[in-house]
Formats: sequence, C-alpha cells, structure tokens
Amino acid sequence: MSAHIVFRDVTKRFVVRDRASRRRTEFTAVRGVDLDVERGEFLVLVGPSGCGKSTLLDLLGGLTEPSEGQVLLDGAPITGPGLDRGVVFQQYALLPWRTAQGNVEFGLEAAGVPRRERPDKARGFLDLVGLSGFEDRHPHQLSGGMRQRVAIARSLAYDPTVLLMDEPFAALDAQTRESLQDELLRIWRRTGKTVVFITHSIDEAVYLGQRVAVLTSRPGRVKEVVPIGLGDRTEQADLRSSPEFARYRHRIWELLHDEVSRAQQQEKEVAAV
Amino acid sequence: MTALLEARPAVDEERPTRDRVKRPSLPRRVADALLTAVGKVAAIAVLLAVWETAPRLGLVDATFLPPFSTVVDAWWRLATSGQLLDNTGASLARSLSGFGLAVAVAVPLGLLIGWYKPVATLLGPLLEVFRNTAALALLPVFVLLLGIGETSKIAIVFYACTWPILLNTISAVRGVDPTLLRLAKSVDLSGFRLFQKVILPASVPTVFTGIRLAGAVSILVLVAAEMVGAKAGLGYLINASQFNFAIPQMYAGIITISAIGVVFNQVLVALERRFTSWRVPVGS
Repeated sequence: MSAHIVFRDVTKRFVVRDRASRRRTEFTAVRGVDLDVERGEFLVLVGPSGCGKSTLLDLLGGLTEPSEGQVLLDGAPITGPGLDRGVVFQQYALLPWRTAQGNVEFGLEAAGVPRRERPDKARGFLDLVGLSGFEDRHPHQLSGGMRQRVAIARSLAYDPTVLLMDEPFAALDAQTRESLQDELLRIWRRTGKTVVFITHSIDEAVYLGQRVAVLTSRPGRVKEVVPIGLGDRTEQADLRSSPEFARYRHRIWELLHDEVSRAQQQEKEVAAV
Repeated sequence: MTALLEARPAVDEERPTRDRVKRPSLPRRVADALLTAVGKVAAIAVLLAVWETAPRLGLVDATFLPPFSTVVDAWWRLATSGQLLDNTGASLARSLSGFGLAVAVAVPLGLLIGWYKPVATLLGPLLEVFRNTAALALLPVFVLLLGIGETSKIAIVFYACTWPILLNTISAVRGVDPTLLRLAKSVDLSGFRLFQKVILPASVPTVFTGIRLAGAVSILVLVAAEMVGAKAGLGYLINASQFNFAIPQMYAGIITISAIGVVFNQVLVALERRFTSWRVPVGS
C-alpha cells in the first residue's frame, strides 16, 4: 500500500517579472522533491527562509499546481483545494466580524453541515482546543494564542484527514507557543489526523515531529528526513533539556547550517544585482 | 489515553486585559461624563457668545451679522409660520432621494468593479475623469438636460453622492485581507459564497466611510443647486432672504442646514457603529 501523501519528483517554477529590467525570469521554488507521509503521521518540514516550504504546503493544499511531477493524496493527484485538507495559517485568518463560535461555524458551513447542528458542533470543537467560555468573543478580544486555537478548531470542524500548518505558532510568545505545542500534540493524538507542519524553529521541529524533513536552500529539495525517537513528548517533564533532545536538535542544526549560510549568500547576491 | 483526560490549559492567563480594568464608581463616572459634555459644548458656547456680543458691542455691523438672539427669534417665526418646515421638507426629500439612489446604485456597482478586473480596466479611466470633475460644474448641464425641476436637483445630488460611495466600495473590495481570501480558497468556497461570507462583510466598514462622506456631500450640493434655480428648499430660503434683505432669516436658514448636516452625520455614524462593532476599537 502506498503512503497517504506522496510527493513524486515535484518541481515548482514561478515566472517573475524583474522590476528593473522588466524581463520575465523563471524562478524555481522547489526542485525534484520526493517525500512520503504516512496516514496519521506528524511530519515537520524545516528549511532556511525562502526554500519553498510554503510552496510545498500550497501544493498540498491545492492552492497551486506542480510544474513537474505529482502530489498524490491516497494515490490520486491533487487537483485543487478540498475539505479533506485543513489549512492553518500563520496569521490566523479569522473572520474579524464573527465571534470565536462564528468562525468555527464558518468551517462547518463550508462542509455543508446543517444549520441546526452547527452551534453544538462548534462549541464541541472550541472545547477541544480549550476555549470553552470564549464562544462569544470577537477575534480582537482574544490573545494571539487563543486566536490560533480558534483557527485550529475551525480547521478541525470540517473534519479533514490532513492538517496543513504553515508556521502557525511563529507569531506567538515563547510560553504561549510551548503550551500550544503540547495542545496540538494532544489534539493530534486524540483525532488521529495526519499533520504536515512547517516551521523554521529547530526546537519546535524536534519537539513536535515524528519525522523532520530538512529542506535545502533554494531551489528546495529534501536534504534528509530525520526520524525523531522521543516517544510521547508530554510524558516527560522537561523534555527540551534532555540529552536525546539535544542530540536531535544538533543533528538537524548541522543539516540546516550549510543551507542557511547558502540561503543568506543567495539573498545577498539578489540584493547586489 | 491519559492525554485525553488532561486538564484544560490555563487559558485564564491569556484573558484579555479589558476584563481586568475595573470600572470606576458611579459618581466618578457621572462626573467624568459631565466633564466631557462640558468640554464638548464649550467651543460652541464660545462661538455663540461671540456671535451675540460682537454685533451688540458694535464690533461688526449688526445689519449684516445680527446678534444670535435675533436670528433665533427669526428662526422661531419661520418655524411657527410653517415656512421652515416646507422648505426643509423640500430639501430633505431631494437630498434623501438622491442619496438613497446613489447608495442603491453605487454599492453594487462598486462591488462589481472591485471584484472583476476586466470591468475595472474598462471603467477605470472613465471613473477617473468623472470623479475629478466638480459636480457643481456640471449643474448647468443637468439643468439644460433635465430642466429646473426636481429631476435635475435629485440627479445632481445622486451624481455627487455616487463618487465617494463608488470609490470607497471599490477600494473596500480590493483591500480585503488576502489571508482571508486564501482561507476561502482553501475551503473551496464557491464564487457566490465567497462574496456573501467573506468579501461583503469585510467591505462593510470602508463602504460605510463612503456613505458617510456622501451624506455630507448630499446636503452640500443640494443647497448650492437650490440657490441656482428653485422655488422651495433651504438653499432657496437662504438665497431669497439675502435678496430681500431679510438677514436674520438668512442666518436662520444657515443654522438649520448645519443642524441637519450634523444630525444626518450622527445618524450615519451610529449606523456605522452598529454594523462594524466587531472592529478593533481605535487606539487599542
């Protein structure tokens, strides 16, 4: 049986117009990406900035199509967006005119859940992310961490098999981030979703991922997939300080280090032109 | 499975600070409100006091600027004779019809132009020309084409009100947060539902700004139009009073217009608040 999600030799190119010379140039975001994700797996993608992490997520979400190769979901190529994949954005993307409850109901509406069932279901999902009692708050009355909880509840509401998370905790302060990481692991275990999670934080990658895929600098390829054998993260009190954690952390740091300096070199060259 | 039974996280830590701020005591609040009210009224009171005393002290010619009390007296006589009501009624009917028509036409049109790129490209240059042409400069054209009756007056108000609403609606649609559009795309919303559930509600605040601007414009343009050729209306009243040297009546007409302007704007502001209560309060 083939994997749940399969990237097969995926290349994505964009045509960009150079502002100074007005020439159209081709820009390769990712090249020849091969990656398998098993059903129910928690996979983290890390890479230097501009390496095409978000492009991979857009391809999975069906927001864009590969120039070459294929992205398969349960053996079938992805042709467009769909409710079998839920996207969680870094900027939360909450509808500011709706309450927390209304935002979760938005997910239910998209899935075609009958009107009468929506309020109860929405309350259930808010409860799942620990937001009981905050149903009637508007996004501007919620903290960043709570907003992201609402966004996660909304994605869960239409019951996707895959959660695609694009640096969802990057804008949060350290304490909130850690509590949301634990929360996410809890929800993941409870719901059995497949999670594809993008981050630029090595700590976050090691803490969350069953496997961590390290990408190269642009054009992005999968440099190495590191399995993380840390078991249940919430069992251990201060896992982040343990020697095993440090070992994984260092391993990924090594893999990333060269790529980051190369990415910075690329940025300088672009700026110099 | 133990994870399932885990305690809920302490969300209380993240509770917004708004709740922590204790409301001050009742007498304190009343005193604060009174102080604010006094502050708001002070400037107007000073203006009226100067208006009252300057002509009496002979600082200005009382013939051309009669004391405020004289103007109030004239206003009261106009009001009791029914003249004021008739003229105000005539003005409001014109102004509100033109304004209402503009809202009914410009909002849907703006949504269309804002959303469909080809429509925008097609109509863009035309809009640019018209919005930069002062509405009152076109008044003679309206009179020529539509006569000096009600039609031309309502038409000029309609025309002048259209631009602020149209332009604000277009920029409202263009300015919808791109992450919300990505969200809508990711859940595969159809075109109509995208409009209904995302674009329309997101546009409301900016559209309302346009409507509020149009409210002010509707009165401004109407009064000018009524000064040119009309047999009723507040603009007519002001102009005719000046011709007949009924100066206090002229000022009575002017303060009526500014009062209507203020009330109209307050009504629109209240409506705007009602529809955009979800917005982040300014200054927080």
